[in-house]
Amino acid sequence: MPFLRAFGSFVPTRVVGNEELAARLGCEAEWIRDVSGIAERRYADAAETVAEMGVRAAGDCLGRAGVDAKSIGCVIVSSGSFERRFPGPAAEVAARLGIGGAPAFDLPIASAGSLFGIALAAEVAERCGPVLVVASEKMSSVMEGAPLDKNTAILFGDGAGACLVDPREGLAQIERWRLHSDGSFAANLRLEFNQALYMDGRTVILQAARKIPAVIREVLGESAPASVGTFLMHQANQNLILKIARTLEVAPERFFSNIARYGNTSSASLLIAAAEWNAQHGFTRGESVVLAVFGAGFHWGAMLAVGL
Amino acid sequence: MTIQERIQAVVEKVARKPAPADPDESLFESGVLDSFALPDMVSAIEQEFAIQVPDADLNPRKFDSVTRIAGYIEAHSS
Repeated sequence: MPFLRAFGSFVPTRVVGNEELAARLGCEAEWIRDVSGIAERRYADAAETVAEMGVRAAGDCLGRAGVDAKSIGCVIVSSGSFERRFPGPAAEVAARLGIGGAPAFDLPIASAGSLFGIALAAEVAERCGPVLVVASEKMSSVMEGAPLDKNTAILFGDGAGACLVDPREGLAQIERWRLHSDGSFAANLRLEFNQALYMDGRTVILQAARKIPAVIREVLGESAPASVGTFLMHQANQNLILKIARTLEVAPERFFSNIARYGNTSSASLLIAAAEWNAQHGFTRGESVVLAVFGAGFHWGAMLAVGL
Repeated sequence: MTIQERIQAVVEKVARKPAPADPDESLFESGVLDSFALPDMVSAIEQEFAIQVPDADLNPRKFDSVTRIAGYIEAHSS
């Protein structure tokens, strides 16, 4: 199986705290923290487009790996907030990195696209060579594109993450993954053109609270959740992360979380979290690490990797 | 205990608040349950009534009031 070789990330410099947002939304800053665990998020400026942030995260990832962009055999870019209908950002990100001619795939899978991208990369890495997976989201544009809804505007932030999947070497070996999709819930979390993001929060939480622990158990097989050293999750809501930890009977400290500082950056959040966790802690030999996501569609999944 | 009384007991145990006196009143709009307590309540209902709620039925509207929960249980109890 292929390897997770490096992670990278980029977040804009503009910090939007709960106080600033609460004043616009007519709510209490403390309420935002209580219902989400978020204290602040980053908002991109006009020049920080989805592609630009993706390029910056990818550059960080390649720099950390010490890999020349010209050796990349395939690029996969996830975004649910890209600025135009087509072409998607993948070809642009690849071109700006100097990866001309290699196939570049777009995955418009909000929240869950980064893990779906890594799984796809693991499938094609042996054939294509190192695969660069990027997830980039400018959710502030989505929020500002319609009258602000406090139930969603409090959650989202901007940023990008990247992961290099290598067929030969890395920090951890991908052991296996399980991915699922169920389009019967497509209407419950969606972004129509020129409309506000719609989220039926109760349904999303009810489904995610059941499906995420289930897919984690599925990918672990006979291994107990308690045997996992670290869980790297889509950073949707701190209360949801804590609920999943309780359901799996795992200490919440094993769930790496940076949502307090970046909010929910949709599909970028898993890779931003992974990059930050890897920089702070990193894989240890033999340690099991689970990556898990849930997003619009619904799409959800989990991956097991073991440190080398 | 009636089914409704057992449901009210489950709701109160999960929510740590009194269930609405009116069994038709929304558990969400009345402030008894929030989004994050709902999954716990569904699990507690499954345990209390020995039923399995499939993912396709994980729709908050099916569990919005004591009356609706009772209807679901009666339709799915063997």
